[in-house]
Amino acid sequence: MVDSAFYDVGYLIAAALFIFGIKRLSSPKTAPQGNRLGAMGMLLAVLVTLAKMYEEGIIGWELILGGLVLGTAIGAWMAIRVEMTGMPELVALFNGFGGGASALVGLSEVLGRLQSGDIPDGGVELYAVWIAIGLCGLVGWLTLSGSLVAMGKLMGGFYIPFSKKDDRGRRRWVNFPTWGPGWLNYVKVALLIGSLALIYLTIQEPTNTQYIYALVAISCILGILFVLPIGGADMPVVVSLLNSLSGLAAAFTGFVIGNNVLIIAGSMVGAAGLILTFIMCKAMNRTLTAVLFRSFGGGGRETVTRTKVGSDPVEVAMVCDGISKCVIIPGYGMAVSQAQHAVKEFADLMEERDVEVSYGIHPVAGRMPGHMNVLLAEASVPYEQLIEMDEINSELPETDVAIVIGANDTVNPVARSGEGPLGGMPIIEADKARVVVIIKRSLSVGYAGVDNDLFYEDKTMMLFGDGKKMMNALNGAIKDF
Amino acid sequence: MTLTIAALIASITVFVLAIFLGFELISKVPPTLHTPLMSGANAISGITIVGALILSNVAFDGGHPGTAAWLAFAALVMATINAVGGFMVTNRMLEMIAGKKKKKRGE
Repeated sequence: MVDSAFYDVGYLIAAALFIFGIKRLSSPKTAPQGNRLGAMGMLLAVLVTLAKMYEEGIIGWELILGGLVLGTAIGAWMAIRVEMTGMPELVALFNGFGGGASALVGLSEVLGRLQSGDIPDGGVELYAVWIAIGLCGLVGWLTLSGSLVAMGKLMGGFYIPFSKKDDRGRRRWVNFPTWGPGWLNYVKVALLIGSLALIYLTIQEPTNTQYIYALVAISCILGILFVLPIGGADMPVVVSLLNSLSGLAAAFTGFVIGNNVLIIAGSMVGAAGLILTFIMCKAMNRTLTAVLFRSFGGGGRETVTRTKVGSDPVEVAMVCDGISKCVIIPGYGMAVSQAQHAVKEFADLMEERDVEVSYGIHPVAGRMPGHMNVLLAEASVPYEQLIEMDEINSELPETDVAIVIGANDTVNPVARSGEGPLGGMPIIEADKARVVVIIKRSLSVGYAGVDNDLFYEDKTMMLFGDGKKMMNALNGAIKDF
Repeated sequence: MTLTIAALIASITVFVLAIFLGFELISKVPPTLHTPLMSGANAISGITIVGALILSNVAFDGGHPGTAAWLAFAALVMATINAVGGFMVTNRMLEMIAGKKKKKRGE
């Protein structure tokens, strides 16, 4: 007979491993070790739980082993198979699973208690456990449905299954909608109040399962409505906020089953996720409430009236000849056209010609925190060449050519004027370079709906077309030159 | 399991302190690590696996298990995917980032 304190010590060590893990994850040198510490903490927590359950008597192994084996197989398969370009979607999906799992634990607990008649007769236990179950359900279901919508948005849309294939063998594609009129905010607030009222009602009448199912439904709808109005470029904020919420759901689950390791790990993840959310908001010069409740760039889009003659890759290759410093500024367009390898090839060609190459990374470029860094790392771009915004801005005045690929709002000089939707947002000052080359499909406005003066400047050369194709054409032209 | 006020307060204390700890833990993160940090932290939120395990302890022999058991099973599968997949994918990303650095140093 092992003392139950023995297990608590095990959980304590697991919690400590999580704390060291997160700490080490925030520095490049120690990050791989941090991740391993986190994984070890998880393994330890599972083993301690299994040992404790074994001692208290396991009545059926089927679900336990089946769930562990199935989950490990699916998780590993997805992690190995995913392309780096599909990373934002996968992180969102895993996140949804985390929230969903917490919500299901809460639901299972409450149904199990109702089944066995184990309902506290009031007092502190009823309030504490039922409020915890309610909050765990609310946050968990919201995270699940919100993450699934976020995943759909990150994919941009989806193929309708079983629809007729076209001549290229593809099924019908539907774009994921972004929709959110102003009155939707009142609906969201009403639903939130409604869900809190339902939690109160479940305490008043714990045996009424209808309240519980209503709470599940409302939480799911709330999650969908939260993410639906939020457009693509705000996705880094949403993904990291959902990450924070999934941690919070796990912490509430800790209150439900009375386990401290869940409370510690969950609330720590919740807080860490919130910090990352604020870092993202700061980089966009927007408050969290503005991202969540003010539809952005939807109405009042400027129409583009000016025109600009496009350049061709040979011209750009000529300009790039004999220069000494080149800065590449990637945006979401690089991710969409998967141009990172072509970009790296361009950088290699430039370096062969003794040109100093670096990359200027805007903190919110892309659809997930650090999106550009992951893509460029996949293309074997050395970590040292990825320069943060503030640092690259001091280098740009001495730069001969700035290549902007698939970015728009993050290099829009109008942000410096302090007016309009982009006013005050920190930008990468590509316009300070001697020549600016912009690879973009058209002159159309970016996410903020503002026209970009940079396109029309004399020193700007526009290469209209798909990022990858244009980059490859440019590489070809440089090789022939 | 009977819950006393003292135990509840203790849990809430742990909750609040852990939140402060989380805020203090990562004050400055380089952008390269934003994605790995997020996905690693996300994997840790798979800790709810502990709750799923405890509730999955159900016997099959007395007929079929009830709804609560199947919900716990679904929770267990999802939490395991979250944890295992999350750590593996984070590891892949970090290897990619660190691997390039090593190559650079070897040059």
